[in-house]
Order: sequence, then C-alpha cells, then structure tokens
Amino acid sequence: MGDQQSDVVNGGEKDVTIKTTSPAYNRQRIEGDNTLIELPWIGKINLRGNAENKRFIEKVAAVVGCALPVEANTQEQHKSITVFWLGPDEWLIHCEIDAVAELMEKIKSDLSSIHHAVTDVSDYYTVLQLQGPDVTALLRKGCPLDLHPEVFKSSHCTQTRFGHASVLLHKLDKSTFNIQIRWSYTEYLWDYLVSAMDAIDR
Amino acid sequence: MLVIECPWCGKRDQTEFSCHGEAHIARPLNTEELSEEEWGNYVFFRSNTKGVHYERWVHDHGCRRWFNVARNTHSDHIYGSYKPGEAAPTIDAPDTPEAKS
Ligand SMILES: [Zn+2]
Repeated sequence: MGDQQSDVVNGGEKDVTIKTTSPAYNRQRIEGDNTLIELPWIGKINLRGNAENKRFIEKVAAVVGCALPVEANTQEQHKSITVFWLGPDEWLIHCEIDAVAELMEKIKSDLSSIHHAVTDVSDYYTVLQLQGPDVTALLRKGCPLDLHPEVFKSSHCTQTRFGHASVLLHKLDKSTFNIQIRWSYTEYLWDYLVSAMDAIDR
Repeated sequence: MLVIECPWCGKRDQTEFSCHGEAHIARPLNTEELSEEEWGNYVFFRSNTKGVHYERWVHDHGCRRWFNVARNTHSDHIYGSYKPGEAAPTIDAPDTPEAKS
C-alpha cells in the first residue's frame, strides 16, 4: 500500500486525500512462468446507445476509427483504442488516459442529435493482466466460463464472474488475458489469482 | 448446475444469473380503483406451478439484461430463453407426469 500515489485535494474545511491508483498499482507477481501485473492508466468510457440506429453506429465508428462491435463477446481495435461489446446497447471504450476528455467531448458533439450516453469510468475499474502457460487453468479456479480454446478464442471478450466479482475478460492470445475489475474488488481478485498461482506452481 | 442461454451473450453457467420469479405479471393500470385484496393478489400471489413455469432471469455477471426462461419446476429442465416483450413459447411436451393430465 505504501507505494501508492496520492493527491491531496482541498475539500473545503479539511483536506481530503484521494488515492489516484488502484490497490494493485506497482505490484507484480511471478510464479514459475506465470505473471500477474496491473495495467494502470487506461482510459475507460462507457457508451450506451441504440445499435439498431444506423446513424448511431456510423457516427461512433467515425469517432473511434473502427467499427462498433454489434456481435456479442467481440471487440474492435484502432490504434490505441479498443471497443468492447458489453450488451445489446452498451459498449466500453479503452483509450489512453489523456485522450478520455477529448474523446468524450467528440462523441457528445458528434452524436448531439442522437439518443446516447457516455460516462467516464476510468477510475471505476482497473485492468489486471495474467500471462503464462497456465492462464486458462488459473482462470478456471474462479470463472465458470467455457474457456476451451475452440469456444473462447483469442480476441474474444466477455463479462463474466470470477469468484464473487464481476469481471470483463479479454483474451489477447492463448497465454494472455486481460481482466477488468472494479477497484473495490481488485485486492480480492489479486489475492485469489496469487493463491491460484501458488497452487499451480507446487 | 444449470446452463442457461442469455438471449444476447449465449450459453452460460447458472451462477452468472439470478432468478426473479414468475414472468408475464402485468401491473394493473387502474391502480386507484383496486381493492386491497386485488392489490394483494397482484403483489403477493403467484401460480406456484409444478411443471412448465415462465420466469424472469437477469444476467447479473454478464450483460445485466433481463429476459424470460421457460423451465420445468419439477425436473429443472430448461426449454429455452426469450427476450422481454416476446410471447411465451408454447411447450408441447412437458416432462412432468402431473402436468400432462
Ligand atoms: Zn447476457
């Protein structure tokens, strides 16, 4: 905990300390060939809108530079932007943390006449990256999803459960998964994965 | 353990979902005219079916959308899922002996 950065913000009568990093900040865990790290400073924007409205789909695609994924459990990428399908009318955009404000303004202005909602959730979630030959076995310790490589393929993403926590799972390749989790559950997921890694290593 | 098909995400483990009781119960429109008994029937009384049951589920750990499931409360057999607003499917061959008679 001691390595966390913090900002002191003047909250009126007394100063309020706000942590600007998740509990997993600067941590890394290596057990055998498996590695667990946090990917900090990813900008995250939640987008809601009507996928059946062609104008909505086109306008968003023009802003982010790639198609808006309308197929379940898929994602699209363009440069440093990744757009994840979350539901039939909901997406999550990952981008550079410094690009969030500008991207949100661009979406709001370009879609001003179209029913939609954008929310900055950058500090609501963080992303852990699990890498190594045993990733699938490690995820099976807490996730009921069918992770067979013929079913959950590289590039697939989905919201699911790990232990008691809701997560967004993104398979980058057969040995690398990104796991997005709420900050308040980060410690829980970290400890759960570390004990799973300990058990595998033995 | 049940495998439930979310109409949007596909087949998932039961533990990603939660069930919220009988489906297709419409809120009365003439609320100011209802007697206490009619309110009570709407709020508390359910069919408590043994056999084919149409019920509401939500994909809590997935897309967080609501949908309906046709399930046999006797055998736990799930006939299928359908989206809100869609008509309940007719189940021809319920596998509960009592439900057939
Ligand atoms: Zn779903």
